[in-house]
Amino acid sequence: MTTYGGVLDALADPTRRSVFELVAERPHAVGELAARLPVSRPAVSQHLRVLKDAGLVTDTAVGTQRVYRLDARGLATLRAYLDRFWDDSLAAFARAVEHDPAAPQESP
Amino acid sequence: MSTEEQVSSTTTTVDPIVRTLTVAAPPERAFDVFTAGMARWWRADYHLGEQPLVDVVVEPRAGGRWFERDAAGTECEWGHVIAWEPPGRVVLAWQVGADWAFDAALVTEIEVRFTPESGPDGAPATRVDFEHRGLEAYGERATEMRASLGAPDGWSGLLDGFATGIAG
Repeated sequence: MTTYGGVLDALADPTRRSVFELVAERPHAVGELAARLPVSRPAVSQHLRVLKDAGLVTDTAVGTQRVYRLDARGLATLRAYLDRFWDDSLAAFARAVEHDPAAPQESP
Repeated sequence: MSTEEQVSSTTTTVDPIVRTLTVAAPPERAFDVFTAGMARWWRADYHLGEQPLVDVVVEPRAGGRWFERDAAGTECEWGHVIAWEPPGRVVLAWQVGADWAFDAALVTEIEVRFTPESGPDGAPATRVDFEHRGLEAYGERATEMRASLGAPDGWSGLLDGFATGIAG
């Protein structure tokens, strides 16, 4: 199961964050990622495993390769939480501004 | 194809949350409700104190505190005021970690701009541009936060509560 602990921990490493950013751009095979980063292929695989365990990326077999793509459940979950939080809060803010315009700041 | 593309060295992994809305009131009122009147619109179930939330205070100056007060009178820090420019702009530092506790070393920024507009009938209106940025700070603070994140009242628990709150 995806937890925030896993997500945050997975992104704490700068190289792993670079791997994640590339995968977030578009799906990549392991070899492609290794070619674009100054790290070895086994190291890329290690980072991908951590990202996968954190729920940040998923993989699928395409022929003889494994292709990694963004998993919307990981980092996206944290952001989605804030997205919804602010949607709701700003709607409440707009209501507070527009209702009882004369009353400065008392609770309803 | 992709191999000759330049590898981005940016550390930003989380897009800011950006919202624009228009409210039917002048900027002075919108600014006042957003800051001095925050307790009127803040979701009362989202707070740090042990007791029910009774007030949210944004001290009206750069460097001012941003904190909540619960029913027992206990104050819990949320962050501080980075920029205080009424009625056009306010920037707040939101320093609440993923474990839903104040963290002085964590800084995410909330900037809100209030721009006067004219409503359809010429009535005063305000365009509100909201941005919550620097969310990648949550990633940078991962190691320190890790211990408390597994707690049932952490963010994942809040997300569940939020989802059921909306459904209910």
